[in-house]
Formats: sequence, C-alpha cells, structure tokens
Amino acid sequence: MEIIYILWWRQIKRYFRSKARIIGSLGQPLLFMLAFGFGFGPIYAKAGEGNYIEFLVPGIIAMSILFTATFFGLEIIWDRQFGFLKEMLVAPVSRIQIMIGRCLGGATVAVLQGLIVLGLSYIIGFRIHDFLAAIASLVFMFLIAFLFTLFGTAIASSLKDVQGFQLIVNFLVMPIFFLSGAFFPLSDLPKAIMTVVKFNPLSYGVDALRGTLGNLNHFSLMTDFSVLTFVIVILLLAASFLFSKIEV
Amino acid sequence: MIKVSNLIKRFKDFTAVDDISFEVKSGEILAFLGPNGAGKTTTIKILTTVLKATSGEVLINGFDPEKEKYDARKSFGIVFQDASVDEELTAYENMLLHSILYRLPKKIRAEKIRQLLEFVELWDRKKELVKNFSGGMKRRLEIAKGLLHHPKILFLDEPTQGLDPQTRNHIWEYIRKMNKEEKMTVFFTTHYIEEAEKSADRVVIIDHGKILAIGTPDELKIKTGKNNLEDAFIELTGRQIREELADGVDRMRQRRSQIRR
Repeated sequence: MEIIYILWWRQIKRYFRSKARIIGSLGQPLLFMLAFGFGFGPIYAKAGEGNYIEFLVPGIIAMSILFTATFFGLEIIWDRQFGFLKEMLVAPVSRIQIMIGRCLGGATVAVLQGLIVLGLSYIIGFRIHDFLAAIASLVFMFLIAFLFTLFGTAIASSLKDVQGFQLIVNFLVMPIFFLSGAFFPLSDLPKAIMTVVKFNPLSYGVDALRGTLGNLNHFSLMTDFSVLTFVIVILLLAASFLFSKIEV
Repeated sequence: MIKVSNLIKRFKDFTAVDDISFEVKSGEILAFLGPNGAGKTTTIKILTTVLKATSGEVLINGFDPEKEKYDARKSFGIVFQDASVDEELTAYENMLLHSILYRLPKKIRAEKIRQLLEFVELWDRKKELVKNFSGGMKRRLEIAKGLLHHPKILFLDEPTQGLDPQTRNHIWEYIRKMNKEEKMTVFFTTHYIEEAEKSADRVVIIDHGKILAIGTPDELKIKTGKNNLEDAFIELTGRQIREELADGVDRMRQRRSQIRR
C-alpha cells in the first residue's frame, strides 16, 4: 500500500513542479471552448438543439482528461531514458503495484486538469446544474482518467522511444476523441459512425459527464459506469502484463 | 552467493556474453574487469533480473533471476553505471522513495537517510532538485541510494566513475566496512584498476564476452609476470581501443545532453 502511495505521490509532486506544463496544457481546451463554443453556438441554437456551451463543455473536459491521461504513458519512456525506470524495476516489489501507483498518480493529475478546465468554462458561461450530480461527475472523470492512463501505459511499456509513442498515440487518440460525441450529439448519426462510437469507451465517459454536469444523457449513467469499469479491468490486465515484461 | 554457469546473451547477430561461468563466495569482494563493450554491464543486467539470458544458468543467493525474480531482487542492491535518480525530485525525496521501494523499516528511515546523505556530503543540499546537481553530486547521491539498505549482495557498476580520488577512497572505505561488518558480498566493475587491486579478494577479467582470467590480484600478476594489476590487465586484454555499441536509449541521452548544452 505504501508502495502505491509513494509512486502516486511522486507523480503529484512532479505535476505541481512543472507549472509551465500545467499552463501550457490548458491552451488547447481553452481555444476549443472559445472557438467552438462561440463559433458553433448560434448554429446549434438555430437547429433547435439548445445551448451548445452546455453541450460542449463536458466534451472538452473529457478531451483534456483523455490527452493528459494517454500522454502520461510518455512518463514511462522518459523514466526509461533518464534511468529512473531501472530503479523501480529492480526494487523488490511487484511490478503491478508499481504500475498501479503510477497510473493512479497519472489519473489524479488528469482529473486535476479536467477540474481546471471546468473552472475555465465558467468564463464562457457554463454553469453546473446540480451540485450533487457534479460530485458524481468526479467519479466519472476519474474513471476516464484511469482508463486512459492504463491505455497509455500499456502502449509505452512496449516502446522505447518518444517519437514512436507520439506517432502511435496521435494516430489512436484523435479518432477516439472525434468519434466520441464530444462535439456533436449522438442522436441521428449514420449507422456506421454510430457503431464506431458505441465501441469507443470515451463516448460513455463524455456521456456520463454530460449527464452529471448538465442533464443531457444519451446512454444511461449505469451503462456508462459499467462500460468504463469493464474496459478498465481489461486494460489493467493488459498493462500489467506489458509492464511486467519491460527489460532495460 | 552468486553462481553463473555457461551464461550466453545474444542480441540479434551480436554475442555480448559468450559462455561464461564463475562463482562468487559469500562475503567476497569480486571485481569484474574488462574494456568497454566487454559484456560487464550486460552480465550485471542479467544477474539483477532486468535482462533475460539467451541460455545458461544463474543463481543469486540461490534464486533464479528469471523465474524467481522477486526473491532474487530481495537479495541484492545495485548502484547503476548511469543515472537512476528522478531529477524532478529533491535529493531527500529520492532517498525517501528508494527507502520505501526497498522496504526499509519506517523507524530507521529518516536516520539512515541522514546518515548516508551526510556521508556523501549532500545533507546540506537535501532540499535541492537533483536536476540542478553537478555530475559528481548526482553520482554521490546514486551511491548513497544504493547503500541505503543492506542487501546480501551489492552490485556496483562503475560506481566511482568521474569522482575525485578523495571521494573514491571515502566510498570504498565504506563499502569495505559494510563487507566486513555484515558479510555483504560485493560484485563490482570499474575502470580504475587500482580500486580492484586494493579492494577485491578476487578478480575476473572479461573481454569480447569471454572470461580471460580469474584469480586474486596477486595470482594474476604472477600469471602475467607484471608487478601491478593494471599492467596485468592490459597484458591480458591487449592495447586495442574499444567502441561500445550505443542502443537507442543511449543515443537519445547523448542527444539530450547536447541539447542541454
């Protein structure tokens, strides 16, 4: 337990020490909120769908969690290159504990990023509907974050260089993001796209955030929760396996 | 304490370790010497469970580092040839993290960390981020970290590289003391042959993945007819200068240090 805690603590320390990274990583979500929020807002309203900002903000929060969490995998590659990975890998502790501690740290950092974006969204006029439900949104933010840290970790465990990781991740993360309904409503989608959306775990995360921060579910919260948990279990197994195979 | 028989490690078409066998007795200090690229670090990586052997048998404190990783890892400590500290943490935080990873009892942690940081003269700078340290300071922290817990076997891969003679002597005294008082087995590599001559009970000389000679420093001197170990070493391994193959990670580090400059 202490092992998991200390590795979580390490990630948190590292996060708060890199102020530039915190601020830098907020640029993209802020830009998306401004450009899309004000750009598409009027069209969305004309189409009779209501308030676009309310629709968009949970999607942007999910986006920043997705990016922060997946790119957390890079930390493993950096640790390999700076040598710190060795320190952890020869320690007389199970690698699963090490991996879980790291990923919980990475997930916490991603949730913090999500919360900052939520705070920023107040600038463009987003408001939480129901305070209690918003607390439940924290659970979902964490599930999304944990899911994608495991995803990034699984990929990074089998790679040695940063460039390779960035290529693969960009190739996977962009479709995950665009085909999650973060920008558009899931009703009335062509069947083919809807099938892809249904197999995308982020769709359920975005949906759950919309349900808890606003009031705009497509699936039920129970479905969202079950799907996210199920995918987490699978990724936990995959990431544990790949992480335990790392050689230096 | 360590038993290696017919160990082979191949990387694609390159044989880094070519059928070596040796033993290290309990409480012994063994120097593992060889020119660059001889296969020293590869051997240490296999002994310390982070690299799989192609074939051969290894026992660390009676455990197979491939099949009984966990038990093997509990038996040893290691000071790596290159960095293994987290540069974004302070010296103290690195020590704390290490002491928890190596399950040092909570009661003695703070005391032990202070003792070792004082020993390598970094106690005054314990709150500084490691990335602001000089090369020598990082090296000292690395050693302090490796000595935090008292394992049955201590691996040291060129521990004193780049340190001044004062610090090197200081550190070797400590290692010899731990070896005497706690019967700790020490397995080390170095390019400072005089360190081996001074501290090692026995020496293994390896080159091109093969063992050329095993014996006490005196035996090797007699065998080659030289009067110091360095000459004996050169006599055995030849005068040719070696290139070490850099893997992706090494190249990346080099690039990074160039950018930093």
